[in-house]
Amino acid sequence: MIHRTSEISLFDAGIAAQAATSALRKLDPRELVRNPVIFVTAVVAALTTVLFVRDLFTGGTGPDAGANLAVVGQITAWLWFTVLFANFAEAVAEGRGKAQAASLRKTKTETSARKLADVAATDWQSVPAASLRAGDLVVVEAGEVIPGDGDVVAGIATVDESAITGESAAVIRESGGDRSAVTGGTRVVSDRIVVRITVNPGESFLDRMITLVEGAKRQKTPNEIALNILLAGMTIIFLVVVVTLEAFAVYSGITLPVVFLVALLVTLIPTTIGGLLSAIGIAGMDRLVRFSVIAKSGRAVEAAGDIDTLLLDKTGTITLGNRQAAEFVPVAGINDRDLAEAALLASLADDTPEGKSIVALARQKFGFQAGSAETPGYTFVPFTAQTRMSGVDTPAGSIRKGAVDSIIRHVGEDAVPRDLRQSVERIAKAGGTPLVVARDKRVLGAIHLKDIVKPAIRERFATLRQMGIRTVMVTGDNPLTAAAIAAEAGVDDFLAEATPERKLELIRHEQAEGKLVAMCGDGSNDAPALAQADVGVAMNTGTQAAREAGNMVDLESDPTKLIEIVMIGKQLLMSRGALTTFSIANDVAKYFAIIPALFVAAYPQLGALNVMGLGSSSSAILSAIIFNALIIVALIPLALKGVSYRPAGAASLLRRNLLVYGLGGLVVPFIGIKLIDLGVNALGLV
Amino acid sequence: MLKELKPALMMLVVLTIITGALYPLAVSGLAWALFPTQAHGSLVTRDGEVVGSTLIAQGFTEPGHFQPRPSAADYKAEASGASNYGPTSGPLIDQVKARIDALRAANPDAAARGPIPVELVTASGSGLDPHLSPGAALWQAPRIAAARGIPEAQLRTLVSSLTEGRTLGLFGEPRVNVLALNLALDALPAVVPDGAEPPGT
Amino acid sequence: MDSAGLLQIALYLVILTALTPVLGGYMARVFGAGPAPLDRVLGPVERGLYRLCGVDPAREQHWTHYAASLLAFNLLGLLALYGLLRLQHGLPLNPADMSAVAPDLAFNTAVSFTTNTNWQAYSGEAALGYLVQMTGLTVQNFVSAATGIAVLVALIRGFARRGTRTVGNFWVDLVRGTLYLLLPLSIVLALFLVWQGVPQNFDAYVTAQTLEGGQQVIAQGPAASQIAIKQIGSNGGGFFGVNSAHPYENPTPATNLVEMLFLLALAAGLTDTFGRMVGDRRQGWAIFAAMGVMLVIGIGVATWAESATNPALIAAGVDGLGGNMEGKEVRFGVANSALWAVATTAASNGSVNAMHDSFMPLGGMVPMVNMMLGEVVFGGVGAGLYGMMIFVLLAVFIAGLMVGRTPEYLGKKIEAKEIKLAMIAALTVPFGVLGLSALTLVVPAAAASIQDAGPHGLSEVLYAYASGTGNNGSAFGGFGANTPFHNTALAVAMLFGRFLVILPVLAIAGTLAAKKTLPASAGTFPTHGPLFVGLLIGVVLIVGGLTFFPALSLGPIVEHLLMTQGISFTGAPQ
Repeated sequence: MIHRTSEISLFDAGIAAQAATSALRKLDPRELVRNPVIFVTAVVAALTTVLFVRDLFTGGTGPDAGANLAVVGQITAWLWFTVLFANFAEAVAEGRGKAQAASLRKTKTETSARKLADVAATDWQSVPAASLRAGDLVVVEAGEVIPGDGDVVAGIATVDESAITGESAAVIRESGGDRSAVTGGTRVVSDRIVVRITVNPGESFLDRMITLVEGAKRQKTPNEIALNILLAGMTIIFLVVVVTLEAFAVYSGITLPVVFLVALLVTLIPTTIGGLLSAIGIAGMDRLVRFSVIAKSGRAVEAAGDIDTLLLDKTGTITLGNRQAAEFVPVAGINDRDLAEAALLASLADDTPEGKSIVALARQKFGFQAGSAETPGYTFVPFTAQTRMSGVDTPAGSIRKGAVDSIIRHVGEDAVPRDLRQSVERIAKAGGTPLVVARDKRVLGAIHLKDIVKPAIRERFATLRQMGIRTVMVTGDNPLTAAAIAAEAGVDDFLAEATPERKLELIRHEQAEGKLVAMCGDGSNDAPALAQADVGVAMNTGTQAAREAGNMVDLESDPTKLIEIVMIGKQLLMSRGALTTFSIANDVAKYFAIIPALFVAAYPQLGALNVMGLGSSSSAILSAIIFNALIIVALIPLALKGVSYRPAGAASLLRRNLLVYGLGGLVVPFIGIKLIDLGVNALGLV
Repeated sequence: MLKELKPALMMLVVLTIITGALYPLAVSGLAWALFPTQAHGSLVTRDGEVVGSTLIAQGFTEPGHFQPRPSAADYKAEASGASNYGPTSGPLIDQVKARIDALRAANPDAAARGPIPVELVTASGSGLDPHLSPGAALWQAPRIAAARGIPEAQLRTLVSSLTEGRTLGLFGEPRVNVLALNLALDALPAVVPDGAEPPGT
Repeated sequence: MDSAGLLQIALYLVILTALTPVLGGYMARVFGAGPAPLDRVLGPVERGLYRLCGVDPAREQHWTHYAASLLAFNLLGLLALYGLLRLQHGLPLNPADMSAVAPDLAFNTAVSFTTNTNWQAYSGEAALGYLVQMTGLTVQNFVSAATGIAVLVALIRGFARRGTRTVGNFWVDLVRGTLYLLLPLSIVLALFLVWQGVPQNFDAYVTAQTLEGGQQVIAQGPAASQIAIKQIGSNGGGFFGVNSAHPYENPTPATNLVEMLFLLALAAGLTDTFGRMVGDRRQGWAIFAAMGVMLVIGIGVATWAESATNPALIAAGVDGLGGNMEGKEVRFGVANSALWAVATTAASNGSVNAMHDSFMPLGGMVPMVNMMLGEVVFGGVGAGLYGMMIFVLLAVFIAGLMVGRTPEYLGKKIEAKEIKLAMIAALTVPFGVLGLSALTLVVPAAAASIQDAGPHGLSEVLYAYASGTGNNGSAFGGFGANTPFHNTALAVAMLFGRFLVILPVLAIAGTLAAKKTLPASAGTFPTHGPLFVGLLIGVVLIVGGLTFFPALSLGPIVEHLLMTQGISFTGAPQ
């Protein structure tokens, strides 16, 4: 059973309380300066505070006499609220990340490790786990916690990784091969392994994961940097607008109170997106973690949104992991019962799902009872990478089953019956995998192993196509088989007879065309391709090499999750874009609130611009600044959840988001400011 | 950038020769051959004397002449200019009022004939606008008829004969050249005005 | 507005649209690879020119090198023009004996013509001799236009190329733009203008004996050759003081139509050149459409405003049907004057056929807004489109985020570096317009240049600095710009508005050229459809609107509200 980290409600009381205090702590100028928009807001808030205090003592006879002292006080307060709300948004996002991190951190208890001098050594030395460095060897036995990330270099053991993955079933970890990586904080359930630690203190998987979800050392992503430049540029533009406005006002015969100019500035600069920007980024990482995917950088998450080509392994991703034997196809002169019996015998010791399905089919079809792996006199020949066959030597003869070409090599070209080629081709064309069975170098026939395409996978690929993503199925199958499955599953393209080298080549080819490629992989030989891909998702069950090479790790080792990762990447960018548009569109209404309020004293005719019919100049300005502050809070849930994303083509997405956030951004503040103004006047705040 | 200065200098010299000397000289040569009158300013001579240019307005104040549009440049063809007064300019309003008063004083029954054509009381863009709309020319007809002692109908005929329509029937506005009108008026046989002096002179 | 006026406007737009692919295709051949159309005639001249100047036309330049060539050439051009203006009293072909131009005015004028602005704080027939008009101003009219086109062409190459370090050769682009494009068109247009009555001579000013016995001195000169290029090259600097309102500069409705077409023809054509050179003409037409829609909106507002007659004049007894004729010429009427005003400020041409200062408040606001938007509604030749590309990048950036992809345009990813450069360019307009306008108002000596009291006075200041920063050159002519303060400040505005856009644009061209080109997919939003056109218009209007709405509300907007109540202002401004 896979369980996702439990959902944290958007405004968890505990988190909110903590966030409130941390919002105050974030008033530290060194923190604020990282966010230009909010920094400017804080600076002008400080300025109006000084002016307010001065006016308190002078009785408001300064140059700001035009503004009522109570109004100045309220505007000052709301300016600070604006800053605090922005800080709060960031703090809430961080708080949610911290809550996630806390549950992770529980596994990171202070353990001691038994350090070995070398693999063969039997005596060990007890050291604190935190002191282990890359290259150190430790021995871990049943019941002990693995002290750090590393590779198994000796032994085999079952390991309980539920602390990290949530997967309750223990997994096998052994030296060599693709199942050698172990994670610090997981527990050895049985046996003894020697682990070579691969990371230095503080760099472990768990450490990185905690840092990432807490957003503590969050690095800005490329698009975020670009957006920040845009927002900083707009802030500068509005500074120029507001500063010069004083000169234009003086020419027009009025002096504008500084506090009103400040209010205009703060409502114009993009405080909404500025205040929510980092919350959006943190929440994006957080969503990924909740999907049990760890991104090593925010950059990778953004890149996921840009993916053009998705390489998906056939097995386990597109088809169910196990192929099923569906049919025995004997060659001429052999009856199917003989073939089935030979296949059954050859598969008795074969523990793979395919092997088991052959046994099951033979028994079901012909009612064989006899035979088990323990039958005396039977010598089972295991599958090796060299022969690519397995089988059994019995007194009655030696039986081999294997891939077509390996059996042909086994029996010799000349001994291949003509009709075998036909039946093999037929099976392949149907998308099946033919296994050939031979007894004593005589071909008996083929077994039709059928790939079972996962239900609903076709729809997912259609969705991806809509999003503009091309799917490429990667399989070791021959081209015929691959084509049939590709057609059934609805992928756009396939790479048959794939080897790690061909996979790497394919990625490079796609990238040369300017495309961004995502893939997932687990084996050590996937590492180069994972490193080459723009988004490489390593399965947590994979080797340490693979996990190092990829820029994301899927804790649940579910390759189909690439699709979700892409969506989360897109959602992250969309949330930023949507809120930026909303923020800028808001300014139109704010102008219609504040401009007439500022200048109606000089030119009563400008009252014509007061289309909202706001009560008074003071209430108009106050309402605009209140709206500006409250909208940040109102949008925190959206920033944390991300804007809703339904896979669709770019044009329809843009149309929809422009309608919702562009047009909405134009209209909403007109309504909001009007309502606040009604409230402000009803309460007699001005 | 220093390295660039040599080609830059050479380019500037060569392009100056091409576009600043050869080009205007070539155009001038062709223009003199093809359109000599226009190239030299479309000047109008009467009795061998240059009396103006058909394209340039000149001031007329005598009641027996059509008066062109007001000129902020006082019809100085070596110093074109406009008032550049904005629509809420007090001086503009005052100026227009003064012109209205002057026109009403100079033109019989002007007050009775309702609003005055706007172009007669507003300064043109160049200060040298040679044209009037046929309507604005005809508005002056009673005064001229009285001053010259000729029937208004004759003036109407004159104006309509000298009226230029829209180019290709589409572009610009119908207009009549004031200098051409007045040259035509001056070419009419002199008639001694019958009766009183024209009002307002 | 009568139907005749609307028909003229509609015909104008139709002809302009029809000219776009013709000129666009021609320019694509001039600046693209392969032989140019007039190669047989001009090829030897071109090659001889390169040899003479020691330029290797085959040598491509990195953007920094390209920029260095451009700056060196413009700097020398500026100095040469300054020298001519200062020394004109000693130069030949000066029949009216014009004296040397004052240092501040000479500096302002030299900057003005090298930056393709053609702001004129002098009156041509009253200040300049023929030699300076020809070898100084006309030359810069050609080469500043060619410079603008060159920068655009470099930027287009940035989009079209992939993984290269170079963006073309400035000298080649400059020479080809001048020889193949501007010169042939100018010769044809100049002769047409002479035919219609524009003078082209080196005569002394003529003294005429007027019919009523007075004397009238009539300015002459080689006007047609200069007027042709000032219209074609979006320069706009008139031979005579009142520019194309002058009957010698724009004598007939026919010249008016043709001059007005050439105001925008090259800028419009370049949108198609862009489309052709990036290999997708729809992209060019999309930009054309965005510009066209904004142009039509502007024409609509201005024509509507100018068709009205000033209520104060109606109250005084003026016929209310004539429209706003103060500062307009009868042969053009309201429709052609409003159309020209919008076209000339849409293009950063700046020639005028009516006095913008005397336009109705909202009629005058349209030209002002055109300039404040950064001269991107067609804009100056080259400059308009590369300016628009700044907005395109911003629009694409926001749109890209909204569809969940790193923004890209024409297959090029738009990243932090491009946004930074685009913002530098985008900042020049607010700083130049608002910053220098505010400075004018707080310096009493500078504010004394304002002619009209009331909000119109503020409009005069805003217009001047919008015109300078936008490299337009038209003016609210009442503003007394010929003072040391404004000559200097406007020169600064013009230099910033020109080169602080050109340099970031060339840098963008350089970074784009070096990038890979990404293939489009369903995840890439199309930048050739109505949706993008609408978005682009929205970005231009909102960015411009948000920046300038407060200032405009104290200028033309409030003036409009005051005028409808018949309020006017007398006395000294402020």
